[in-house]
Amino acid sequence: MSRLGTITRRSFMGLGVAAAGGLAVGYYMYRKPYANPLLAMASEGDAVFNPYVKIAQDNVITIIAPRAEMGQGVHTTLAALVAEELDVSLDQIKVEHGPPAKAYFNAAMIVEGGPHPFFDESFIAEVTRGTMNVVGKFLAMQMTGGSSATIDAYVKMREAGAAARMVLIEAAAIQWGVDAASLSVSAGIITNPADGETLTYGDVAQAAAVLEPPTKISLRPRAEWKILGRSQPRVEGFEKVTGGRIFGIDVQLPDMLYGTVKMSPRFGARAISVDTSAALEVNGVLDIVPVETTTGSGFGIIAENTWAAFQGAEALEIVWGEAPYPANTDDIRAVLDKALNAKPDFEMGGKGNVEKELANTQPGNIVEAVYEVPYLAHATMEPMNATAQLKDGKLELWLGTQGPRIAQGACAQLLGIEIEDVTVNTTRMGGGFGRRGEIDFSLYAAALAAKTDGRPIKVTWTREEDTQHDTYRPIAKSRFKAGISETGEMTAMDVDIATASIMTSLMARTYSSGPPPGPEKIMLEGALGQPLTVPNVRFRAHKADLQIPVGFWRSVGNSYNGFFHECFLDEVSEHAGKDPLAFRLSMMNDDEHHPAREALKKVAAMANWGGNLPAGKGQGIAHTLSFGTWVAQVVQVGVSDDTVKIEKVWCVADAGLVLDPENFKAQMMSGIVFGLSQALDQEITFSDGEVEQSNFYDFDAMRMHQCPEIEVELLENSPRMGGAGEPGTPPSTPALANAIFAATGQRIRTMPLSHSIDFA
Amino acid sequence: MQLTINGIRYDLNSDPEMPLLWALRDILDIKGPKFGCGVGECGACTVLIDGEPIRSCILPVGDVEGAVTTIEGIANGENLHAVQAAWLEHQVPQCGYCQSGQILAAVALLNTIPDPTDVDIDEAMTNLCRCGTYPKIRAAIKDAAKMLGDKS
Repeated sequence: MSRLGTITRRSFMGLGVAAAGGLAVGYYMYRKPYANPLLAMASEGDAVFNPYVKIAQDNVITIIAPRAEMGQGVHTTLAALVAEELDVSLDQIKVEHGPPAKAYFNAAMIVEGGPHPFFDESFIAEVTRGTMNVVGKFLAMQMTGGSSATIDAYVKMREAGAAARMVLIEAAAIQWGVDAASLSVSAGIITNPADGETLTYGDVAQAAAVLEPPTKISLRPRAEWKILGRSQPRVEGFEKVTGGRIFGIDVQLPDMLYGTVKMSPRFGARAISVDTSAALEVNGVLDIVPVETTTGSGFGIIAENTWAAFQGAEALEIVWGEAPYPANTDDIRAVLDKALNAKPDFEMGGKGNVEKELANTQPGNIVEAVYEVPYLAHATMEPMNATAQLKDGKLELWLGTQGPRIAQGACAQLLGIEIEDVTVNTTRMGGGFGRRGEIDFSLYAAALAAKTDGRPIKVTWTREEDTQHDTYRPIAKSRFKAGISETGEMTAMDVDIATASIMTSLMARTYSSGPPPGPEKIMLEGALGQPLTVPNVRFRAHKADLQIPVGFWRSVGNSYNGFFHECFLDEVSEHAGKDPLAFRLSMMNDDEHHPAREALKKVAAMANWGGNLPAGKGQGIAHTLSFGTWVAQVVQVGVSDDTVKIEKVWCVADAGLVLDPENFKAQMMSGIVFGLSQALDQEITFSDGEVEQSNFYDFDAMRMHQCPEIEVELLENSPRMGGAGEPGTPPSTPALANAIFAATGQRIRTMPLSHSIDFA
Repeated sequence: MQLTINGIRYDLNSDPEMPLLWALRDILDIKGPKFGCGVGECGACTVLIDGEPIRSCILPVGDVEGAVTTIEGIANGENLHAVQAAWLEHQVPQCGYCQSGQILAAVALLNTIPDPTDVDIDEAMTNLCRCGTYPKIRAAIKDAAKMLGDKS
């Protein structure tokens, strides 16, 4: 208990503190701030305090939230961090995404990419996290992903608010000739209690911005928070119920053209021949241009409106080259199979001697199971699109992007211009789920903008183009093997996972380079690093060499490994003759597993686990620790007439510290629906080298009538702050599969579950 | 051809085969209806025509008969429609992209069934939401029904 207490205090001092303390070398460079990007673009009269706060003469306070708002509520929570310390309410401020800049690097995203389990507090793990934090800054990644935005911002954006508040008060003190400590501040108004005089932030902003920023900042203790820790209305809520023009697809510019793309349906292939005559005859089509980029090869259609562009794309007659990978899903699965049975590419995170232990176990006490999941598309509601204008050698982009710096660099390289000559305006996003971290939609818009004589062009993909040119959640197959003792304890677990390498695919299409050195932890995450006390355990990864683009998809490796791992624990508990909950609790014996135990116990209580269920109903349980958040779920199904209805989901999440409880719960709910959608017929398959699915009629997601009731509760036992956007997804599918087993006795080990059973 | 949208008459000189969605978005610059699928599967493009929810991505603009209402046209000046107010109260939108269509589908539902059951909601609300806001949509519809019932 004492150890957990220590961890709690230390971690709540802030991730930044731990990281800086972890590494002496390069400390100065690390502490030296990047240039403030707001200074270069400040309007007349704007007082700029730091990269996150500016105050205009008319007292309009702008907070920069430099992360992608794609539905997860990050603009509201990041703004709340600044507003809390600046002492303004959220309705007093404007929130902007801001420009791409090194100042907005995301260190937390890199930190948890390290090889150590989240709860590993050892010296080596701490030093690695510290080092990777510094690396994050040097790479200056401004990425939104890995459920990391709030963790990254937690200290630095509160400090930004506090620093601005301190100089604003100081400026007022100078103006009144009084001691700053004697003044009080509330809701952006500074008051001199001695005489009741007041000044707004706008009144003193100009004078305050030229004062020396404070070197010592003390942040408010949690007990004094007014905004953080309380649910807030979303800053963009009004726009989202009134049809606000906030998405990339809504961009409208004077003299704008419209376009779309028709890229090779076989990845890595190019056109052998093209007949553009019918396309050019479509009313409103102006031009057809070739598009050659690192992400794909094909054609762009330039038109007077989007409808004309779509018709033009359809009228193109193109003969495409062959795909550099097996043409059909069965052959692709054979590659995966072969990889699973070949020598592993790497092994990490194991302990003990698995082979010896299994060799000494009676064959009747060995459990073995093979699981498989298909490729999946992201299917964001807003199809990929981007707007670009190339004028006088300078490119301006309007992008719904999770990675504005990466898009900026890639477009500069494509057009052979300097990165400084590329401006990125980041819009709000109609869903991201990892898809909008890619550069392809930005590149295609830039390529078409080079052919419009300086006119801006909005390039919108059809849903078919979007579905068939995704960077898919990889296909994966695994073999799990466990040994059970005579008393029903798991003595060994041997895990082999075969999947495609996301980093190899990503680096090739984004940087035309090979993958970074070292093991790719994401191939194993969700199985690796879980709270489980087993004396002998081994995790081995097998790379399947498939040149089909794969990428980050909500919870990434956890989305399939969570399914494998938690379905397998259910199977082992059955062989051990134990209740799935009791078995899990008995296998979580380390002090650090405390949050998992508490989450499981609480979710079981909510679901009345073990209670008498009517015939035809079943409950399944699962827990996955991902992105620093411990999530336990129970799914209840009802079976009648051989169809399964997903009736209810109970969820308990522990992210250590939650800044906006309602939004956090909404993210859990969202992650659950996203996860369960996989079970309902979602799969991307190949025929003749091309993706077979094309639109929502063959790649759908959960609808209203299928959606269960969802109840979410939060705990705060975890020693570190975890993410919100992704961790709700991994436990949902295994809890569902385990519930189906409980109700029917049928073990389904392959996704989508709808191949084996009918859903209502 | 002439169209009435949100009470305003427009003269439109476009290909009558162009779907209403693209006429609204690209020609008339009414951006509330969103493009999601182009085949009437997702409902992001939903508009009301004489109060009926219609998927504007598959309706040729030349075939439009009746008054068109988009999300921009349901509030009464500064006063949000009860459905919009309920949506805000329940914090329904996440990414928000499908919500124009969801809100209009809900408005149409409550116009025909003022006090819908869960089954009524299941049957009427067929629009896709990838953020999984369905439980909040359901709760907001029930609240909006109460608000509208109290008013009448």
